[in-house]
Amino acid sequence: MIKQPIYLDYSATTPVDPRVAEQMIPYLTEKFGNPASRSHEFGWEAERAVEEAREQVARLVNADPREIIWTSGATESNNLAIKGAAHFYKGKGKHLVTVMTEHKAVIDTMRHLESEGFEVTYLMPETNGLVDMEKFTAALRPDTILASVMLVNNEIGVIQDIASLGEVCRAKGVLFHVDAAQATGKVTIDLAKLKVDLMSFSAHKTYGPKGIGALYVQRKPRVRLEAQMHGGGHERGLRSGTLATHQIVGMGEAFRIAHEEMATENERIRYLRDRLYQGLSQIEEAHVNGDMEQRVPHNLNISFNFVEGESLIMAIRELAVSSGSACTSASLEPSYVLRALGRSDELAHSSIRFTIGRFTTEEEIDFAIDLVKAKIGRLREMSPLWDMFKEGVDLSTVQWAAH
Amino acid sequence: MSYSTKVLDHYENPRNVGTFGKDDEGVATGMVGAPACGDVMKLQIKVNKDGVIEDAKFKTYGCGSAIASSSLVTEWVKGKTLDEALTIKNTQIAEELALPPVKIHCSVLAEDAIKAAVADYKAKHGAMVETAACKGSDCSN
Repeated sequence: MIKQPIYLDYSATTPVDPRVAEQMIPYLTEKFGNPASRSHEFGWEAERAVEEAREQVARLVNADPREIIWTSGATESNNLAIKGAAHFYKGKGKHLVTVMTEHKAVIDTMRHLESEGFEVTYLMPETNGLVDMEKFTAALRPDTILASVMLVNNEIGVIQDIASLGEVCRAKGVLFHVDAAQATGKVTIDLAKLKVDLMSFSAHKTYGPKGIGALYVQRKPRVRLEAQMHGGGHERGLRSGTLATHQIVGMGEAFRIAHEEMATENERIRYLRDRLYQGLSQIEEAHVNGDMEQRVPHNLNISFNFVEGESLIMAIRELAVSSGSACTSASLEPSYVLRALGRSDELAHSSIRFTIGRFTTEEEIDFAIDLVKAKIGRLREMSPLWDMFKEGVDLSTVQWAAH
Repeated sequence: MSYSTKVLDHYENPRNVGTFGKDDEGVATGMVGAPACGDVMKLQIKVNKDGVIEDAKFKTYGCGSAIASSSLVTEWVKGKTLDEALTIKNTQIAEELALPPVKIHCSVLAEDAIKAAVADYKAKHGAMVETAACKGSDCSN
């Protein structure tokens, strides 16, 4: 008997790996010192732990530990990177570039900067979710300060070619920020080679605790930021606030495990994802969203045409998955990411994101396939759109009464 | 989002799912909503010679609350005359199913479906009637 509900939402968050939790606990109780305390062993002990974790994080992405700044998570890292650079370099220009499929932490930060008088270009990705190099290059102007492109998309899992995008930025003297929250432990990141100036990380997407993240701030060439949080001058003045030692230790251990195990883990996860894909693609009118090759093995985002996403989620309550249909919120707007790919509203409303992780089993995948197949059948029996499709009606030619 | 027991019941055991035969007598159809908004309801009524709805069927593309709302109205319209059916209000549907505020539009759509089906019947049978079905209702409510 499989334990239910089955968790297939690893891109929302991951459980803390038990090995990580074990490392964290002593720093809540006996090793409770403030890493900023310079005058006694409690402080020194905590500082050593923080610096070891900094090395562990740096090692996963091949950076210098001095380039890692602790934050509360990728949202804060994105805010610090984008606002911090925009404010510091505003004398150089007031233009920024990003992509419509970025996470809200980037999109909304950009929107905020627009209200401060900056100008932002939001690039439309190709229908496979990837950024076109020529369009990206064309968007960079002499007054562009910074471009921000995520490494792995949270909804559709596609991997942007940040190596090439970084080359273009460097050649044009534009700072390049990359949100890598969904990428650590999934794709190899070599910051010694990549022309990336700023990169955001999160612990809880990689089996670490929530509430901790980091920002990579390149030293050579040096990138300057205006701090967004003022106080005791922690983290070289870039981010004040007492360091959360236990969280930091957890992130370090989580990234250490990712560094050591990602090769074998990704192979196993790819096998499970491909098995899920094989099973679900037997369903008629099932469409994968986003490129299938340039994609992390953990993600399968698939639209089941003529079935509304929320009712499908309700039908497959034994699975913890998420939907691109936002009927659960007040907006009734389908996923802006899928819409940016040019997906029709009905396909966007019909999408389910399955994300697989460290603790997913083959048994769970097989259960999920059988369940989804059965429930899609039942809901299509109930769907007037399915009937029309079967009768050969082209739904795009129907005059709907928009409501 | 958590659903009320009544929504779950109608969703798990929807009443009167289906379609009447194309040539069945006294059948009228109301189709409301739009795929872009995430819900489409098709309500069919079968009206006898006395002007009473003797049977109803539905098919719905939409969330659980939309499916439950349409399932419920197929039960409610049965045995009613056309004019009686038109007195069913979205507020009654919402109350019966304990719909949360973000799902009120599902009950509005179900009321519209009744109006559209009745209008279709009257149009087919000569009586001229105005219908406001679907127009003016708001996607955001």
